[in-house]
Amino acid sequence: MAEFTLPANSKVHDGKKWPSPEGAKRTKNFKIYRWDPDTGANPRVDTYTLDLDKTAPMVLDALIKIKNETDSTLTFRRSCREGVCGSCAMNIDGTNTLACTKPIADCEGDVKIYPLPHMPVVKDLVPDLTQAYAQLRSIEPWLKSETPPPDRERLQSPEERAKLDGMWECILCFSCTTSCPSYWWNGDRYLGPAVLLQAYRWIADSRDEATGERLDNLEDPFRLYRCHTIMNCTKTCPKGLNPAKAIAEIKKLMVARK
Amino acid sequence: MAAETKESGKIHARPLSPHLQIYRPQITSVLSITHRMTGVALAVGTLLLVWWLAAAALGEAAYARVGAFIDSPIGLLLLFGWSLALFYHLGNGIRHLFWDAGRGFDLPTAEKSGYAVIAFALAATLVAWVVGLAVLGGR
Repeated sequence: MAEFTLPANSKVHDGKKWPSPEGAKRTKNFKIYRWDPDTGANPRVDTYTLDLDKTAPMVLDALIKIKNETDSTLTFRRSCREGVCGSCAMNIDGTNTLACTKPIADCEGDVKIYPLPHMPVVKDLVPDLTQAYAQLRSIEPWLKSETPPPDRERLQSPEERAKLDGMWECILCFSCTTSCPSYWWNGDRYLGPAVLLQAYRWIADSRDEATGERLDNLEDPFRLYRCHTIMNCTKTCPKGLNPAKAIAEIKKLMVARK
Repeated sequence: MAAETKESGKIHARPLSPHLQIYRPQITSVLSITHRMTGVALAVGTLLLVWWLAAAALGEAAYARVGAFIDSPIGLLLLFGWSLALFYHLGNGIRHLFWDAGRGFDLPTAEKSGYAVIAFALAATLVAWVVGLAVLGGR
């Protein structure tokens, strides 16, 4: 159920202010959420000041610079540094995005960085995505077909293939899912935008033959219908995709098949 | 909640990352929660309507008491809020019907339709009150 405040162990305290770099002309403060599982103390926000003239342009560059040069205990996920792996999804400047494709210059004032919202924190900026991955598994995100496999590829017309545009690009960073207030309040039962976008990706696939079964699985007051078209998902998607529309398409199919 | 087991043997429950506290309000999300709040306000406001109808059935004295309350500054304020909530909820409800049909999901359209609903709610409330006061005000 909706709980608008944070539990006692999750309330964020003021943290350490690290010294400014000497001789810097252009500086920027980075206020970063920290939680250390070793001490178990409440989370805190540490402030790091960087010399922008010595920092590469993206927020991920700043995080790596801090980790390399100032505070090696700062913990975050990253891999590809070019927006295709989804590892560095986090809340930057109030919305969820990928640190690697978010320019520091886009953030006015201090750059505030938190883990993806309303998730259990493993350490610092690393959220526990176990539940989200289990939900993805529940929609069986693979091709299901009854007909015997052909001797060659399963063909699609260009039009059929085009229906998957705007869905295959999803990198499963869960920025959208963790931006969704419905998912915050009912994440144990509502699948959330990322997983529903994937569900529709397979429903819309002309080669998939399990559409009815897939819709049966989603026909549920919580799994699908907790979406109230709040649109935070679409607003925040770092790949410019539209989960809200995909969910609407599923809802339309539910009505159409009645 | 999941927990960490440490070498020391201590287990620390994982904190929940901040959500409402840090998420920047979006025009779409603000209008969404406003839709729900106006819905609740309308449900509560319906009590006023029920009171008015019941008073009409009970007789002249009771009806006059309701009339006096509605004509009071507090009554007028409630009625104004109720009418604004009604027009907002109506306009945004129509926006939801378009969404149900799968239309208007691209971000520029979703934002424009949101501002259009705000403009409609304000204009319709204004017109309703100007017309209402012109027709009934001299009563």
